[in-house]
Amino acid sequence: MARTLFANAVLVDPVALTQRPGAVLVEDGVIIDRFDVPGPDVPTAGVIDCGGKCLAPGIVDLGVKVCEPGERHKESYRSAGLAAAAGGITTMITRPDTLPAIDTPETLEFVTRRANEAAPVNVLCMAALTKGREGREMTEIGFLMDAGAVAFTDCDRVVTDTKVLSRALTYARSLGALVLGHQQDPGLSRGAAATSGKFASLRGLPGVSAMAERMALDRDISLVEMTGARYHADQITTARALPALRRAKRNGVDLTAGTSIHHLTLNEFDVADYRTFFKLKPPLRAEDDRVAVVEAVREGLIDVVCSMHTPQDEESKRLPFEEAASGAVGLETLLPASMRLHHSDGLDLAVLFRAMSLNPAKRLGLPCGRLDKGAPADLILFDPHAPFILDRWTMRSKSKNTPFDGARLQGRVLGTWVGGTRVHGGANA
Amino acid sequence: MSFGQRHLLGIEPLHPVEISTILDLAEHYVSLNRGASKHGDALSGLTQINMFFEASTRTQASFELAGKRLGADVMNMAMQASSLKKGETLIDTALTLNAMHPDLLVVRHPHSGAVDLLAQKVNCAVLNAGDGRHEHPTQALLDALTIRRAKGRLHRLSIAICGDIAHSRVARSNILLLGKMENRVRLVGPPTLMPAGIAEFGVEVYEDMAEGLRDVDVVMMLRLQKERMDGGFIPSEREYYHRYGLDAEKLRAAKPDAIVMHPGPMNRGVEIDGEIADDINRSVIQEQVEMGVAVRMAAMDLLARNLRAAPKEVWA
Repeated sequence: MARTLFANAVLVDPVALTQRPGAVLVEDGVIIDRFDVPGPDVPTAGVIDCGGKCLAPGIVDLGVKVCEPGERHKESYRSAGLAAAAGGITTMITRPDTLPAIDTPETLEFVTRRANEAAPVNVLCMAALTKGREGREMTEIGFLMDAGAVAFTDCDRVVTDTKVLSRALTYARSLGALVLGHQQDPGLSRGAAATSGKFASLRGLPGVSAMAERMALDRDISLVEMTGARYHADQITTARALPALRRAKRNGVDLTAGTSIHHLTLNEFDVADYRTFFKLKPPLRAEDDRVAVVEAVREGLIDVVCSMHTPQDEESKRLPFEEAASGAVGLETLLPASMRLHHSDGLDLAVLFRAMSLNPAKRLGLPCGRLDKGAPADLILFDPHAPFILDRWTMRSKSKNTPFDGARLQGRVLGTWVGGTRVHGGANA
Repeated sequence: MSFGQRHLLGIEPLHPVEISTILDLAEHYVSLNRGASKHGDALSGLTQINMFFEASTRTQASFELAGKRLGADVMNMAMQASSLKKGETLIDTALTLNAMHPDLLVVRHPHSGAVDLLAQKVNCAVLNAGDGRHEHPTQALLDALTIRRAKGRLHRLSIAICGDIAHSRVARSNILLLGKMENRVRLVGPPTLMPAGIAEFGVEVYEDMAEGLRDVDVVMMLRLQKERMDGGFIPSEREYYHRYGLDAEKLRAAKPDAIVMHPGPMNRGVEIDGEIADDINRSVIQEQVEMGVAVRMAAMDLLARNLRAAPKEVWA
């Protein structure tokens, strides 16, 4: 395979946390060299002129829901893969909260085959931690790992029985498996559709205290400390949970944390007059919480930012708020929404890509997520300033439930390459 | 006369002037209702559909009577028994009804925001007859009218709302309305029945009933739902009555001429003592029911005027 030079780019390096002009040389789908000058003199067959735009490692999106098996009308591997490519996501880490849940090696093999046939980007699958995500018996963690599961999670169903969870964590530890947990005390959050507070009370919506997140995190930290498992908290969205997270990390617990782009860019007031596209799990928080979580991403206390892509069809959203389904699609809007954090909240691009590319790759032991020599050529070229107004009907996802419909956004992906092969963007950027 | 709304979905979007407009017109209908012939023609030729997704006797009867007295064709639909059971969504039901060209749609629904959702999908005027724990605007308006008639004004009064605030749409609409009209609102009840963030509503919160009722002009009691009594939110019915039930003893803390209100239906001996409820010198509970019909006539009259004044294509 020929060499390709990505010349005249601004390299966003999440390892060195820098953003400076440079170029990258790719051969056989791997980055083989990096230059500090935009137009180095290297004998190559092809040159891609990046036009002074940003070149960054492709996003590794931890926690994407593709609705196969079960609800392919909401999202298939084909549609999700195209959406991911358009959104600059080069690796999707998919969730097992499908119908049925991905809890056996057989289901996992089916899904992996579908994903490899249909999606133009890398797809890695997570599997359920307990059978049927019912929180009673652990799945065949060993077999599932052999079949390619990269992590284990029951998604938004919290394992309530601490005995079951502690055994699953202990078993996972023996295999070095990563476990993801959802932080939401199940009792306190029962029936909740919003975060309790003035807004929920005014709208008459059943609320859950922000404290429910800390309670669940505290519980899980205790169990992780007890079992020594590798653990990732999927969505930390409140200020109150952060001190517990900081303390646990300082004490050397093998713990990382993520948050969703929606909790970083929206707050509870965006629900306004019962707009169900803003119904998420956990619910959107107060502005103080949003700001605190943005700061936690800046300082690296929260490691991972993901889209928490959750497709829902029109029918499940066209209902009274309490009855409507939770979740929002995010594959195509993750990058432009994250640029809000850059433009409005002052987050460096390198810090953003540390959270969106480098950290999730590191946590899963993947070689991607960086612009270093030897890393796979999973690259995205984007313009952080390009403005546009989002029309949800132009999105590639089968489900159009985005909270950013009609929003003014900045930041467009100009090209996406997976293993050196272009999967999105014009003929020659 | 100033009333610029297309729907009556809640008190929140109303301007104080609009509230006064409704109340002023309602006064006129109080006189009409007390006369020998109770017929008006403000709604003649119009179709009013009452859609109640939640059981109701008094509110539905009140809306029905209000529509009939103003000459509308009124149809009642008992929605618990109908197509929703067959799996039809709220929006489909709304579209089906919309195709029958109603002019006024009166809706009660167990979920907050459901009436707003419905209003977006139909091109008639929608009146919220109570949605979940969100709002119940006509109840707040009839309470306001009752207070205004009893006290001679609807501003600078001290009003205590007592009981299950958390689950009450009546409380929310009243807090909003009384606040807009510049009254001091106190909320009295056990903390388990107070909504979160209530201190930010511009109200004073009391857990002690005697303290909360001190020198108030109006005592507004709320109904306590049976299913909330058994240990879930309060320990027991009798403990609740002891601490928060309105009796002569607790009422002594209020002003000597304070009035007692209740949106009904009452649980005598749970939230209110029977004697207080029947005391014609203090209780205005029967008057509230009377005002209910007048206020609903006024609200539908005003909405119908806007409906007739609006160019047709806007509604399409």
